[in-house]
Amino acid sequence: MSTVGALTRATLTKDLRLEWRSKDAINSMLFFSFLVVVIFSFSFDPTAEESRQIAGGLVWVAFLFAAVVALNQTWAREMRNQVLDAYRVSPAPPNALFLAKVVGNFIFVTVLQALMTPLFIVFYNLRALGPSYQLPIVAALGTWALVVNGTFFAAMSLRTRSREIMLPLLLFPISIPALLAMVEATGAILTGEFSARFWIVLLAAYDVVFTIASLFLFGFVLQAE
Amino acid sequence: MKRVFPILAVLTGVLLGYALYQALVAAPTEQTMGPVQRIFYYHVPSAWTAFILFFINFFASIVYLIWRNNKADIVALVTAEVGVVFCTVVLVTGPIWARPVWGIWWTWDLRLTLTLVLWLIYVSYLVLRRFSSSGQTPLLAAVLAVFGALDVPLVYFSIWFFRTQHPQPVIGGGGSIDPRMLHVLLINWLAFSCFAALVCWARYRLEVMRRDMDETLALEALLEPHGSNARSSPTGSAG
Repeated sequence: MSTVGALTRATLTKDLRLEWRSKDAINSMLFFSFLVVVIFSFSFDPTAEESRQIAGGLVWVAFLFAAVVALNQTWAREMRNQVLDAYRVSPAPPNALFLAKVVGNFIFVTVLQALMTPLFIVFYNLRALGPSYQLPIVAALGTWALVVNGTFFAAMSLRTRSREIMLPLLLFPISIPALLAMVEATGAILTGEFSARFWIVLLAAYDVVFTIASLFLFGFVLQAE
Repeated sequence: MKRVFPILAVLTGVLLGYALYQALVAAPTEQTMGPVQRIFYYHVPSAWTAFILFFINFFASIVYLIWRNNKADIVALVTAEVGVVFCTVVLVTGPIWARPVWGIWWTWDLRLTLTLVLWLIYVSYLVLRRFSSSGQTPLLAAVLAVFGALDVPLVYFSIWFFRTQHPQPVIGGGGSIDPRMLHVLLINWLAFSCFAALVCWARYRLEVMRRDMDETLALEALLEPHGSNARSSPTGSAG
């Protein structure tokens, strides 16, 4: 167990350091989701009341598309110089690599959300009428749901032709219940009309199921040549 | 085994003809909906057949993941393809019926949405199989099938709750079914299942032959003397 922990930490620190120096993923995500916010804002031009109703959907669609940008770059670094092949022949457990990648992506997308949320508030005049302390919980669970499956499917689409197209094609259908839960929970909290509790529980269940499934199956995907 | 295939083909033809007669002529006309209700004899059996095929696909994928059995992989491929076709029939016949009866083509009802999401998952499964390069396809496809199957209960609960929050007035009441209608329905289902089995079988044999041929070609390319390699096709590197 400690080797898994140590390896996860090593890979994660390496990824974070690389990202800190290049800022490739975070810059492209930021600019991309900024564009989505601006385009949605002037194409719908909603009032404060309307934007409360639709903001859940807008926010998460923006984050979903931005996350795909980052997820597509996840494994690109490991493909250069055959790092992934080296990892495959080493006795290191595959799940350490997978966990490090998931946690790394989780951090990137969370940073993105922290930076983008003020913009959303400014552009859409948002103010939560429900219990706003639930918003970070929804954000964390929702981001984990996107990132755990996204990282897994990004590894799968490495083995296919036109891999950048493949990732959303695999990720979006499977993510439908998670997306519905995020959008509905955010809408519930912003409008304060109904409780978000069921959606939070569903998101947690989704996270648990797919985290376990990914950890079970990642070995297969990594070993596929 | 070779003799069984034509027998099944003839049997399926007879059954489909009989089921068509039963559905269009013999079955009683529904009182409120009228003749449009007869689409039900195609819609429901197609749905059941599609769900059974998807279930076989899941089972075959698990078998492949555990034993790496190539036959299981072919079964998974075939059932997914035929299942998507039947699922498409369900999604097309549904709105044709819903428009005159409910007054709308589509609603985000529990079963409709679940069928649509299943269809999306299996289309993405087929896209993955198409885009993946040969050697790893069965493994990746099997992994995706497991993910898809895990997704189904989550989709079910999410839409169930989604709909109980925003109720729709259009869902047809439960009620009981006329025994003659049930009889016709079951005959149609039998016919469609036979038809699905027949198509799956044909596709299975086709896929086995295709793989055998690929293997033979690869082997021949390996065995070819070096001199003639230069003018042979670039597929010579397969293997």
